[in-house]
Amino acid sequence: MYKSATQQTPSRNTFAWLIKEKPITNSKFQLQPLPLPPENLFNHKNFRVMNNYELMVIFTPVLSEDEFKATQKKYTDYITEHGGAITHSNPWGLKSLAYPVQKKTTGIYWVLEYSAPSSFNEKFKVQMLRDEHIMRHMITALDKYAVEYNAKKRSGVPTGTEKVATV
Amino acid sequence: MPKPNEIKYLTAIKQEKPKKKFCRFKKYGIKYIDYKDVEFLKKFINEQGRILPRRLSGNSLKYQRKVSDAIKKARQMALLPYITDLLK
Repeated sequence: MYKSATQQTPSRNTFAWLIKEKPITNSKFQLQPLPLPPENLFNHKNFRVMNNYELMVIFTPVLSEDEFKATQKKYTDYITEHGGAITHSNPWGLKSLAYPVQKKTTGIYWVLEYSAPSSFNEKFKVQMLRDEHIMRHMITALDKYAVEYNAKKRSGVPTGTEKVATV
Repeated sequence: MPKPNEIKYLTAIKQEKPKKKFCRFKKYGIKYIDYKDVEFLKKFINEQGRILPRRLSGNSLKYQRKVSDAIKKARQMALLPYITDLLK
C-alpha cells in the first residue's frame, strides 16, 4: 500500500547520528575551484575552424568564354565574402563527357580548391543548384594527404602514382 | 608401388607457384587516391567499366574502399562511364 508523505520510515542507518554530529571538515578533501579555461576555447566567434574543400563543376557547353570567366569570378567572390579563401583555381575547359548529361555530350569543367568554415557549404550548394548554367557540381572534403597530393601535382613534383604497374 | 618419377599424370602438374599479390598503395606509400586522375583509376576497372574485385587487384581493404570511392566520384562527374564496352 502507498504511504503518505508525512509517514516516514525509520532510518536503518545506525550511524546517521554520527554523521550528523561530525561533518567532514578536513581541508585536504575539500573541493578547490577549477582553473578557468582559456577564453577563446568556448568563444565561437573568435575561434573559427577552416576546412579544406575541393569543388568540381560542370557548366553547360553553351557558355561563352567571357561568361565562363564571369561565373568563375562570381563564385570565387561568393566564397571570399563568406569567410572562405581560395587556394587554387583550375579551369579545365571544354571536355567530352563519358555519358550524356542533360542531353549534352560535352561540358566545361572547373576545379576549385578553397578553405571555408564548415557551415558555408550548405549555403554554397543552394547557390549552385539555382544556377541554370551548372549541370553538375561536387564538393569533396580534403584530408591532409589530399592537400599534400594537390600541392605536389600543382608544382609538378611526382606524386608516386606513376610507379603503379598495370594490372 | 611405382617410384614418384615413374608416375605419369594425364594433365601436367603446375610446377610454378602463382605470384603472391600485394597492395600497391601500401608498397609505394600512396596515401590519397585522386578521383580526377582518370588514367590511374582505369587500372582498377575492367573493360565494361566495372570495379575489379580485391581478389584480382590485390588491394588491401582500406585502399580498395578508397579506390571504389574515387571511381564512384569520377562516374558522378562524368569522367568515367557507369557502363560501356571496349573501354581502354
